[in-house]
Amino acid sequence: MFGWEFPPHILGGLGTASYGLTKGMWENGDMDITFVIPKPWGDEDRQFAHIIGANSTPVVWRDVNWDYVQNRIGNVMDPQMYYDLRDHIYADFNYMRTNDLGCIEFSGRYPDNLLEEINNYSIVAGVIARTVPCDVIHSHDWLTYPAGIHAKQVTGKPLVIHVHATDFDRSRGNVNPTVYGIERDGMNNADHIITVSELTRRTVIEKYGQDPAKVTTVHNAVEPLSEEIRNIKMQHGKDKVITFLGRITMQKGPEYFVEAASMVLHKTHNVRFVMAGSGDMMEKMIRLAADRDIADRFHFTGFLRGRQVYEMLAASDVYVMPSVSEPFGISPLEAMQMGCPSIISKQSGCAEILENVIKVDYWDIHAMADAMFALVNYPALHNHLRDKGLAEIDTIQWKKAGAKVINIYNQVINNRK
Amino acid sequence: MKAICFYFQIHQPFRLKTYRFFNIGNDHYYYDDFANDEIITRIAHRSYLPANQTLLEMINASNKQFKVAFSISGTALEQLEQYVPEFIESMKELVATGCVEFLSETYAHSLASLKETEEFIEQVKQHDEKIFQLFGQRPTVFRNTELIYSDDISAVVASMGFKAAITDGAKHILGWKSPNYVYSSAAAPQLKLLLKNSKMSDDISFRFSNPDWNDYPLTADKYIDWIANLPQEEQIVNLFMNYETLGELQPRESGIFEFMKALPRFAAERGIEFWTPSETVAKLKSVGELSVPYPMSWADEARDTSAWLGNDLQNEAFNKLYSVAERVNLCTDRRLKQDWMYLQASDHFYYMSTKHLNDGAVHSHYSPYESPFQAFMNYMNVLSDFIVRVEEQYPLSIENEELNSLLTTIRNQSKEIEQLNREISLLRTNIINSEDEDKAAESQKAAAKTTAAKKPAARKTPAKKTAAKE
Repeated sequence: MFGWEFPPHILGGLGTASYGLTKGMWENGDMDITFVIPKPWGDEDRQFAHIIGANSTPVVWRDVNWDYVQNRIGNVMDPQMYYDLRDHIYADFNYMRTNDLGCIEFSGRYPDNLLEEINNYSIVAGVIARTVPCDVIHSHDWLTYPAGIHAKQVTGKPLVIHVHATDFDRSRGNVNPTVYGIERDGMNNADHIITVSELTRRTVIEKYGQDPAKVTTVHNAVEPLSEEIRNIKMQHGKDKVITFLGRITMQKGPEYFVEAASMVLHKTHNVRFVMAGSGDMMEKMIRLAADRDIADRFHFTGFLRGRQVYEMLAASDVYVMPSVSEPFGISPLEAMQMGCPSIISKQSGCAEILENVIKVDYWDIHAMADAMFALVNYPALHNHLRDKGLAEIDTIQWKKAGAKVINIYNQVINNRK
Repeated sequence: MKAICFYFQIHQPFRLKTYRFFNIGNDHYYYDDFANDEIITRIAHRSYLPANQTLLEMINASNKQFKVAFSISGTALEQLEQYVPEFIESMKELVATGCVEFLSETYAHSLASLKETEEFIEQVKQHDEKIFQLFGQRPTVFRNTELIYSDDISAVVASMGFKAAITDGAKHILGWKSPNYVYSSAAAPQLKLLLKNSKMSDDISFRFSNPDWNDYPLTADKYIDWIANLPQEEQIVNLFMNYETLGELQPRESGIFEFMKALPRFAAERGIEFWTPSETVAKLKSVGELSVPYPMSWADEARDTSAWLGNDLQNEAFNKLYSVAERVNLCTDRRLKQDWMYLQASDHFYYMSTKHLNDGAVHSHYSPYESPFQAFMNYMNVLSDFIVRVEEQYPLSIENEELNSLLTTIRNQSKEIEQLNREISLLRTNIINSEDEDKAAESQKAAAKTTAAKKPAARKTPAKKTAAKE
């Protein structure tokens, strides 16, 4: 498997989903998974997958002794692995900038020279593919498609690509031609395409011209929360709290949240709104809230991480995700786990599988405001969604998603025979 | 001797329009006129009208041997009067044959029988009055909303003077017994019970046009054969269904109308008659008592009331609605009373059902809402506005009892005022009479003495003042 993020060091939903899926597949048994990420930190969960760091895979021969390797990258990789990989360097990459171990450095983030990193990642993938035997290659999101294609060419094994998002979701239609090119190339070369929702599946078929028979939806799931997180209890004040949580960008539809909030606040006063997260539209939203004259009851928290996210959800009475286009959207599932009822846009992939949430069109701010009002004013609805939501979320398991993916693997392997 | 008892139900609720929370307190009109018009007109043209025509032909062709019963809710009647008046005319024509019987039910197709006995009785009376106005019949057999029935309800129904009630032949009540007999209520033995034969009814209403069904296609002679082959002692087969079955659930193309038309002929061949519910209870004796401690209905697999009051959303809305029942009954505002009626329709609660699996598929089919949560939100918004209006008439800060005593005082006072007014007018006539006498006397005197003519006028003013003081 090729991925870009892996918990605990994650930047978005991709890492969480990659982790959940890998673990879910492992739970189904009889799987030997190697997961490649650009830059491991050493504190990843290695119980169910071998993790190989692209930044600790040599592409240039360096004569280094065992102790030195152990000392340098022992925390992320077994030195023997390093030597195995070193035996499979397939070309002369001396022209590249490499370090003392002959490895290329990766940031593991989304830097400005992202395209260069993607390319480097693909070079590294060639070494790994020659070293680690496998039956199927699985690439998560466009960043790793070139690596997947490369590995497929080297090994001749089937390639499955996993579409967590497309550039159409990220850009509201104004796609970046380079990104589109990489995505389309990945899809064309894939033996099978897995999408995280029907919504994404349609995009892949319609916008990328893929054969529908080749595209299957496997919905994401959630990991059960740890005891510690589940026990987070926050003080609920007199006012009800309605929360938006996510990147404040065009894709997430924050302005619809502000507009709906202003409608609710002009009718009732026992409500507060929170916009948690950061993003390029944050300033605009602050100005919009002031403009609507609701700034006294509309709060911005800035970026939240880790435990803070769950504390915010525990303190909220309603969670709102008005995304304009959301391939899946894992956060309403997390809100449900914390017992916080959600309002989600019909344009998000998770709306396809969730029952105990309120679904509205992202642009229908009247309906959104109405749902907010109902959830804070009619306790029966709030309690119903909370209790049934908790029960529902227990049935959405990665293990089931993993089984579906394994099924697809078997299918592509059989097609090869 | 065997007989078939046909009974059709017609009900349409007043569907609510999308009512946002910012309308609360501003907009007091709750109904989606367009949808209501569209739906009832469509169903009437696809089903009610051609079905009426079919039944009329059947009655005439069978020489009035074919008989049928209807229960039409008050809200459906109102909509039909408003949007499809030709249906009322066609119904009157059907009634004129003398082969049609109307059943009693609640005006609003409400669930009041489960909560508010007084409201329930009031609605039944109102419904029967409406039927009498339109069709000149006074129903003698009662059928509750969705065939909801329990011992408690049967006692109330019997106390209203009904001879019989109709309910479902649910397995958990009947056990090994057959629905093809007349039973009586355990709580009120004088009240006879007619039980729906679910299998035979559903053969027509659900399975008729299903090609996967073993017995597809169902023909009239096959159907009548089944009935004729029932054990000798089982004398009555109660076929209860929605009227939409004819033409809407089973579309015209399925041949449902032809199937119906052929029934009387084959029935006559096998010596099977058609009886109305009241005829049935008059002709057959009860074979035993049935006890139903918990309310049952004809809906879903469980035959209980969970389709309307099965989750906490439905219960919350239901309890909130009836929390103002007493208040509304004190009100005299006509529009408020009307909304009160429309809001009680069981359909609003049905839309909030969250029974997604198996039965849920049927629920969502009839709902104008995308999800039960939307149904709940919309209803609660409307209800909130309604309660605000009730409060405007009688503030909630006053206890019901206190309010009652205040209202009694007001009523007593108005009675007193009335009485006093009557006294005034009495006194006035007395005065006028006496004046007349005076005049008569004066005119006699005038002949003798013309100068005293102005005196009576002067006396009139003080007399008036004393009257006003009283």
